[in-house]
Amino acid sequence: MRINSPADLMEIREAYSKVLYFPEFTKANIGMASCGIAAGARTSYQKAIKEFLGENGVQICQTGCIGLCEKEPLVEILKKGKPRVIYKHVTEDKICDVIHDYMDGRFDKKLILGQMRDPRSLLEERVEDPLGKVEPLAETPFLEDVPFYTKQVKIALRNCGYINPESIEEYIARGGYAAFLKALFKMEPAEIIQVIKESGLRGRGGGGFPTGIKWESCASHDGERYIICNADEGDPGAYMDRCILEGDPHSILEGMLIAAIAIGSHHGFIYVRNEYPLAVKRLVNAIKRARDCGLLGENIADSDFSFDIKISTGAGAFVCGESTALMASLEGKVGRPRAKYIHTVQKGFRNNPSNLNNVETYANVPVIILKGGAWFSKLGTSESKGTKVFSLVGKVKNTGLVEVPMGITLREIVFDMGNGIPKKKKFKAVQTGGPSGGCIPERFLDLPVDYQKLAEVGSIMGSGGMIVMDEDNCMVDVARYFLDFLKEESCGQCNPCREGIKRMLEILSDICEGNGKDGDIELLEELGGMIQKFSLCGLGTSAPNPALTTMKYFRDEYEAHIIDKKCPAGVCKALFHYEVDAEACTGCQLCSLKCPQEAIIGEKKQLHEIDQGKCIKCGICYDACKFDAIVVK
Amino acid sequence: MNVAKPLHVGDHQEIDFMELDHIIEQQFNNDKENLIMILQAIQRRYNYLPRPALKYVSEKMLVPLSQIYGVGTFYSSFSLEPRGKNIISVCLGTACHVRGAHKIRERIEETLDISDGETTEDKQFSLESVRCIGCCSLGPVVKINEEIHGRITSDEVGKVLGHYAEKSIAEQDS
Repeated sequence: MRINSPADLMEIREAYSKVLYFPEFTKANIGMASCGIAAGARTSYQKAIKEFLGENGVQICQTGCIGLCEKEPLVEILKKGKPRVIYKHVTEDKICDVIHDYMDGRFDKKLILGQMRDPRSLLEERVEDPLGKVEPLAETPFLEDVPFYTKQVKIALRNCGYINPESIEEYIARGGYAAFLKALFKMEPAEIIQVIKESGLRGRGGGGFPTGIKWESCASHDGERYIICNADEGDPGAYMDRCILEGDPHSILEGMLIAAIAIGSHHGFIYVRNEYPLAVKRLVNAIKRARDCGLLGENIADSDFSFDIKISTGAGAFVCGESTALMASLEGKVGRPRAKYIHTVQKGFRNNPSNLNNVETYANVPVIILKGGAWFSKLGTSESKGTKVFSLVGKVKNTGLVEVPMGITLREIVFDMGNGIPKKKKFKAVQTGGPSGGCIPERFLDLPVDYQKLAEVGSIMGSGGMIVMDEDNCMVDVARYFLDFLKEESCGQCNPCREGIKRMLEILSDICEGNGKDGDIELLEELGGMIQKFSLCGLGTSAPNPALTTMKYFRDEYEAHIIDKKCPAGVCKALFHYEVDAEACTGCQLCSLKCPQEAIIGEKKQLHEIDQGKCIKCGICYDACKFDAIVVK
Repeated sequence: MNVAKPLHVGDHQEIDFMELDHIIEQQFNNDKENLIMILQAIQRRYNYLPRPALKYVSEKMLVPLSQIYGVGTFYSSFSLEPRGKNIISVCLGTACHVRGAHKIRERIEETLDISDGETTEDKQFSLESVRCIGCCSLGPVVKINEEIHGRITSDEVGKVLGHYAEKSIAEQDS
């Protein structure tokens, strides 16, 4: 099957809209991204396949992740003329019952996350609403009204969880590749760049550089130009790129194809982390399917435009997320960054003009081409346009991926969508921007999230990781954690980064071990400032951010460590011990049963006691106690 | 930045050079830009990068062994030493860290009596900490071989490891 014209596309679209929205059989879509699989989706899938094998009335399919990872495995069940219901925590033992119940018209509210109001993507406005004539379920919330989803606007994640990621037809059915054909047949390269510039789209990988300007600059340099996708999502705590790669790989290919027309390139590369095997598998499949359809390769859609994409896998180096290091790694070399006196848009991969954007940036491009730059720029704030995907993780009840318009407040994200902190603990900070970002304290919770505002409080947008921390997290330890990470990941080329980070880490480790001294904070600040100024690449210049912001906003915790020799959060082992609260302890013996050191003694229904000599402060008792009777001293 | 380690020489496996030829020429077109992926293919096959294999790659592809050694030590997923049958990767990403991943690692270290980066004497387990495997919503996460264990707690560690140890023994017996 070759696709040569918008009419060919339309034909597939119509045929597969039926598969997507009006299945004659009961269809169960099981969320099979890595997170779903880790929560048990694969065993559920296998169980369902086995149970319904040969049964004509049921179809078991796989899809990507719809974001609310906390409730996984998530399964959506639909049939023509019936409501589309999303079930949560559908583990192996529940999957068959859930499907049978749906078929029999029984709906157990406890298992239901919500029902879909309108499953169409934002590229399908002209398609008839598949649920328009369907009677919704009574007393069941619409997914769009579940607080986790109400404020979301899905552009980059438009297809994740809605299509089978291994089906190019389903991607096309939801409006896929229409933007590419429009760019190919109806637009001049300069016009494409103009639309992207007008949209205000900025790089979603961390730097936030305006995408249109980057494209324009790359197109202006002579030579064999390359289109590269940075899928080396290294920021710990951020996984939106993985979700897009696994759930909607064609959106990235389409974004790259459009960039290739705009810039005038014939060769594309996707540099993807080795830690994401499923993403690699889905990309390989997507590229193969696109080639089969004549959307990649020579003379695409019978035009004289040719473009193909190669996948390269990384091998575990954080610094390879940096553009010049990534290009060195693509060349099969050690991934060391270089000074950017000459930008990569002029001399990058193989010393030729190279355009590098990240996964989420490319995923936004097709929508902008179809709906226009002006439409996109209406979303967001004055300097930051459109939406951003955040991974809301850490100490928050609803963990998962959210795509929200820029300018939404941290409070809305953490407390409305995330539903606050579990176990009635107190919010302490939210860390954004990965190891290059900072920790934002409670008093800035009403800060609108955009590139500018986050920078003003000493953090960055980064790739969109948002790690929530509560009272049990020690901010000195968090700073030490990031510096330890960066010490390992520094490529070792330039002195300020290699030696400076190491020295900062030594001082922080001393503080955490109870050997902090007067003047340490000032020394850390001085060192941090120096590393920021003189490091060669972005890794070094942003490395001190986590330490500097925690020192600025949580200075009392540093002082408690240095002066009082106490870790108030109970993380730094040398600076605290556990005790049993005599009033709260009920003598239930749970802690003493779980203690691996047999360090807790006490008869049933009697007050327990911890033998400090035996205790290794592993925290098992602290986590296990249901009465908050184990306390940090 | 990795600490320099010697290329492993002792108890290496027999190297199948025909297979190496296939990896280098058929799969990766003898292209120097594919060096990282070639080394990954070798590591998938042998569980580490055996010195004779690297030497062969060097001669075949005309890349200095020093450069291959540079790549092999720069990227953290490569190992120059044989690893255990079961690879335990403890995720130390931020989301896992704030949910107590270090405690999980300590429990594993105590249970197996090895430190991070080491292999048990019976060659059953290797412990490696990794930086974020992207399952942040399920933290703390431990990946053993290809299986991901989400929301693991310190007191579950013994049970989970025991399961793999039993499986290994069962495989040996059969």
